[in-house]
Amino acid sequence: MTATTPLQPKTDPTPAERRSGDGVAALLVEHVTKRFVVGRKHKSVVAINDVSLRIERGEIYGVLGANGSGKSTFIRLVSTLLTIDTGRVEVFGNDIERDEMAVKRLINRVSVDAAFFKKLSPFENLAYAARLYGMQPAAARVEAIRILARLGIAEKRLGRPTEQMSRGMQQKVAIARALLTSPTLLLLDEPTTGLDPRSKLEVQSFVEELRDSHDATIVLTTHDMAEAERLCDRIAILDGGRIVVEDTPAALKALVAADHGQPATMDAVFMTYTGKSLDDDIGDDTEEEE
Amino acid sequence: MALLARDLKASFAFVERNFNLTKRYWGWEIAWLVYSVAGALSVSLIGRSLGDERLLLVLVIGTIFWSYLAIVFEFIAEAVQWERWEGTLEYTFMAPIRRYAQLLGAGIYAVAFGLVHTVFVLIVLALFFELDLVAANWATVITFTLLGTVSFMGIGIAASVLPLMYVERGAQMVFVLQSLLLLVSGVYYSIDVLPDWMQALSVLSPATYVLDAVRHGLIDGVGVGQLLHDAWPLLLMGVIFIPLGLWAFGRAERYAKRTGKLKRVG
Repeated sequence: MTATTPLQPKTDPTPAERRSGDGVAALLVEHVTKRFVVGRKHKSVVAINDVSLRIERGEIYGVLGANGSGKSTFIRLVSTLLTIDTGRVEVFGNDIERDEMAVKRLINRVSVDAAFFKKLSPFENLAYAARLYGMQPAAARVEAIRILARLGIAEKRLGRPTEQMSRGMQQKVAIARALLTSPTLLLLDEPTTGLDPRSKLEVQSFVEELRDSHDATIVLTTHDMAEAERLCDRIAILDGGRIVVEDTPAALKALVAADHGQPATMDAVFMTYTGKSLDDDIGDDTEEEE
Repeated sequence: MALLARDLKASFAFVERNFNLTKRYWGWEIAWLVYSVAGALSVSLIGRSLGDERLLLVLVIGTIFWSYLAIVFEFIAEAVQWERWEGTLEYTFMAPIRRYAQLLGAGIYAVAFGLVHTVFVLIVLALFFELDLVAANWATVITFTLLGTVSFMGIGIAASVLPLMYVERGAQMVFVLQSLLLLVSGVYYSIDVLPDWMQALSVLSPATYVLDAVRHGLIDGVGVGQLLHDAWPLLLMGVIFIPLGLWAFGRAERYAKRTGKLKRVG
């Protein structure tokens, strides 16, 4: 991949067709477990428990779950920010431990908190990111302007300190930063959390655009069931670090209706497979903040 | 070779980023510069008040060159901590760059920033005290500044491991280490006045050799050839500390990834 190459138009086959073939998976996770030792008593906590999945090129794959279910740990494992205790992960055939540098060139991530040097302007932050990925800042600037214009941010806003932007605008800059490097695997960790409805729709439309017209595979974590249903080709639900169910949104809804007598909605899917309501989950958020 | 060229280009990301941060924090930079000048003047005036021109020069050199070495050390040792505070640590560690390129970038900017800072303070003090430096051997000053830079970069890299491993306490440990280097290196006094056990520690500080050599060069005009006893420990420390620091950093990064400490904000 040359860093300045724009995302390439997608060609068939579809992700579903690829799943049936023998091609290299965009992301292959096999029996991955991750434990942390926490607290003064050095208690061992299993954050990811024997997780296996396969994501095909061009697919948008949702990972849902309550707070503490292991979603962000999963994203960090794939991002090379955590080591794996057991199991293996491959990104387009590259082992994330053995071929770490190759994997890093293929991925990028947008986290729930847009992490920037807040005193620097978006342009300065993006120039930094571009240089890290071997891009020329001038080329990165042109691409950043294009992406941010698509997300509703005008060029004139990009020279002032990032701290002067709203949270939603910062998150859009974070998305532009991730896309700037033309990742073939894009990890979106709650990218729309905290955004106003308009910003959320703009980001969602942009993700759809990426799916429809570019060669990008996306892993998305979210607490927004409508967003997951709208964007994801397939969804896995994590509970206690384990994948408890995985299928297309339509199949999951049908499953809870048929097997559990629940309404055929993603909210019901979430409640059934996490054992928690969304209100409980929001309650967890509040307690954590307190 | 292409890989090395790419890494060097990537290291410029840190130079440019830190330059941009300096521009954005220009008010603080001026404030610190004023504080540095005031601090150097205050300490050096002790020599003038005692009517001892040699002591005055010893103090001027001590304050200025310690300030430079401290800047190099801080910029590298606290590189991880600054990113933790900003929340960008994970982003930087996820990027396809090698750690030596990252630390080299931090080091290059530290040297450039430190030199500008130091030269400014030196000019102010030279004018204020009307220092007579005609006998100075500038080749000695430059040589030992470079040697000191290399060895302090090595110690800085080794120290930068602490904020990586200890989220809350790491930066405090770095500060304590820097304080100990200040105490044992003879910045404001001869190390002969230190207790024996502190003199033993001073042997391990590169600043001890840099300050001794620069004082001989600036005050007495002594050449590099006569100061080899100061040069070889600095060379040795650079040769040992830089690879050792990079190795330790790699181990610490692995530990941080195993324990999830890249995520946490200190």
